Amino acid sequence: MKEKADPQLAPVSEPQTSSVVSVDRVTLPDLPAIIAIDLDITGSEKPEYWYGLYAANQSDANSPFLAAHVDAEVVGYIVGSFRAWEFGAPRCGWVHAIGVKPDSRKLGVATKLFEELARHLMAVGATTIRTMIHIDNQVLMSFFRFQGMTAGPFIELEMSLDALSETGRDIA
Amino acid sequence: MKLQQATRYAILATVHMAANPGKQVSAYELAAFYGLSQHHLAKVLRTLSMAKIVSSTRGPNGGCTFIANPKHVTLYDIIVLFENDWWDTEAESEPSGVAREVSRVLSELDRITMATLRSVTIQTIINNARRSELRDRDSTTIEQRAIERAEAK
Repeated sequence: MKEKADPQLAPVSEPQTSSVVSVDRVTLPDLPAIIAIDLDITGSEKPEYWYGLYAANQSDANSPFLAAHVDAEVVGYIVGSFRAWEFGAPRCGWVHAIGVKPDSRKLGVATKLFEELARHLMAVGATTIRTMIHIDNQVLMSFFRFQGMTAGPFIELEMSLDALSETGRDIA
Repeated sequence: MKLQQATRYAILATVHMAANPGKQVSAYELAAFYGLSQHHLAKVLRTLSMAKIVSSTRGPNGGCTFIANPKHVTLYDIIVLFENDWWDTEAESEPSGVAREVSRVLSELDRITMATLRSVTIQTIINNARRSELRDRDSTTIEQRAIERAEAK
């Protein structure tokens, strides 16, 4: 007896291939659209951050800041860098941020951005690429794993400084 | 991580069937391919069928076909079908500071485990397995070429 698939697990539409996605270094006119995409995703508008990032990265081959375009419209961005001794690690590539306009998802934009960033980082000598993701961001974690990323040798730790000031350092 | 036998069977069976979309696979074939118990596999396939991850056809030519979306089904979706009481740490109800702290550390482990299992889809496993096989093939080819060059000298 054949059974119907659970709607929750039902196939989603595959990436549409009719739209041509191009990826290039960010230019100044791209920034308002990137700020808007970031605002849409994160809920906070941070123009100083994005303009500052652009000013710092635009001519630095070790810090690719790329934008994806479909029909001349900015639909996504990715920020990376090739750094040495970050958290004591030898030189490696980092993905700092990635974002795709919600109505442009399922076009393969994020994959194209990731692949292009990897190509830029390889060109400057990177052999490993790392990123850090919020533990509850299942969609983004799934995306990076789908690209082939796995758990690396680092684990992020944190503490509230309030806890330190309340208890002091004389516990041990 | 110690998983029950049924859970490991279910993961293997699901990935195998998803990697062969549209193909009907029997418990007998899976058991022979992976060297597993056919009886246990049959029970696992029934559970996967009830969860609508595979469809099952009865009869002498019967078997199972993967019917879900491999980009949506995660390891977590499979594991929760077979493992009970996995996420039952209750840090708040512990009476002492030590017990609460132990529970908190165990909850930390649960959180990391759950995040990992929920982010690994069946398609990701298939893709990574293929990448791994390609890397093995490439390294074998490079080794063979090196041997051939050395022999030619």
